[in-house]
Amino acid sequence: MAFDVGLAVLVLGLAVWTTAARDTFAAVVGFVAFGLLLALVWVRLAAPDVALTEAAIGSGVTGVLLVGASTRLRPVAVLAAGAGPCAIQRLAAAVLCTLVTAGLAAIVLLLPEPAPTLAPQAAKNLGATGLGNPVTAVLMAFRAIDTLLETVVLLLALLGIWSLASDRVWGGVAAALRYADPDGALTLLAQLLAPVGILVGIHIFWVGSTAPGGEFQGATILAAMWILTMMAGLVDAPAVSRRWLRLVLVAGPATFLAIGLAGFAMAGAFLGYPESHAKLLILTIEIPVTLSIAATLALLVAGPPERAPQR
Amino acid sequence: MSLVLDALTIITVSAGAFFFLAGTVGLLRFPDALSRLHALTKADNLGLGLVVLGLLFQVDGPLAALKLIGVWLLALLAGATVTQLIARTARPGGPPA
Amino acid sequence: MSAATLYGLCSAVLVGLGLFSLIVHPQPLRKILGFNLIGGGVFLLFGAVARRGAAAGFGGDPVPQALVITGIVVAFSATALAVTLLLRLFQQTGQATLASDE
Repeated sequence: MAFDVGLAVLVLGLAVWTTAARDTFAAVVGFVAFGLLLALVWVRLAAPDVALTEAAIGSGVTGVLLVGASTRLRPVAVLAAGAGPCAIQRLAAAVLCTLVTAGLAAIVLLLPEPAPTLAPQAAKNLGATGLGNPVTAVLMAFRAIDTLLETVVLLLALLGIWSLASDRVWGGVAAALRYADPDGALTLLAQLLAPVGILVGIHIFWVGSTAPGGEFQGATILAAMWILTMMAGLVDAPAVSRRWLRLVLVAGPATFLAIGLAGFAMAGAFLGYPESHAKLLILTIEIPVTLSIAATLALLVAGPPERAPQR
Repeated sequence: MSLVLDALTIITVSAGAFFFLAGTVGLLRFPDALSRLHALTKADNLGLGLVVLGLLFQVDGPLAALKLIGVWLLALLAGATVTQLIARTARPGGPPA
Repeated sequence: MSAATLYGLCSAVLVGLGLFSLIVHPQPLRKILGFNLIGGGVFLLFGAVARRGAAAGFGGDPVPQALVITGIVVAFSATALAVTLLLRLFQQTGQATLASDE
């Protein structure tokens, strides 16, 4: 309990730092550290899958994005510091936020006792899916429609980012990731870490059916390895007009949707799995989805095209 | 036997925690970026290494031990690279002649 | 006070801090950071509810945990889109502000 109190104090301290820091880059660094400590909080809440996801996506990939953005925006960060709401408006905002906090705290303290839970029903139906990890079973079987829509949302965000390119470089290559000075140290890290990282990513994806892990966490590690090799200059970012890239991006959601529609024939409902083949179907969905999500996450960080494609 | 293992774990993890403390004090007190990086590498190598060594006494199986050592080696690799990159940014001219 | 209640209260404070950062800071990147803090707080609230639902041999209710995983991924895609819009605005106008002046 003392450890929980200490951890909560640290997390809140970092959140205050992120809110109150003068320099934007300092706030971003505080936010990345906040994300890592939040992953520890998830472990304390007995949710290791969420901890992996928070550390990988919430703190890792988001951190890469925000650090890159704050570096590019550094020239205007100082100029905009003067403007801002006056003291009265700040006070009103503080009162509003205190009211919101108090309302949420009241909700937390007034939660019903005994707590309603779906865990017994999840445990009862876990055997039918052939999986051992209840969170993966919820993601891929009980609430599979949410996961299908989530893969589509990722794709839509990527389309939104690509559409922000100017017309002359439409279909071109993202330039945001190229590290300005390809250094020996970063290249060595990419050469050493990428094979290990790919192995770890595939392992975490595979083990997610029976232990904490799963496709999102594994896909993020694969995406991180691709981002690392792009940053080190070992591979060039692909042109967004390449057909193989578009096929990889669409393969995951398309497979998910196809098996979902086939569920009408096989089990009588959209995304229904016949009990004998449930695990096989889930695996058939998971492999393309992992590859698609890995590519999508890496391209979301890479950004819109900025260089014309080479013919 | 388990009492001896527990005692060893406590001693080595405490020593590792001491090196983390030393690294943090160095981070807060040293004057410039390069000396602060120097202090942080102590936390990375010795601190994490001692903590991993202490945990090795508690594992049940060689696979978990290999995973722990792998974690330490990966942290070393990442830390060394990032230290190089930061140092190169802090002093672009290289070491003084 | 159990760990779940403690972290639930922590999540309430996080939402308040994120909302303050979203409202008060003029720089859009700080607003995006505030939005992510609000997201972290809401997910932590879900996590506290999930922890209280521990039953049937599981440490926590798996359904809210799966919802949070989905939420983290969707929040990242929203952040990526917002940051790209901001960088494009900076590229086009040389300013990174949402204020409409003159």
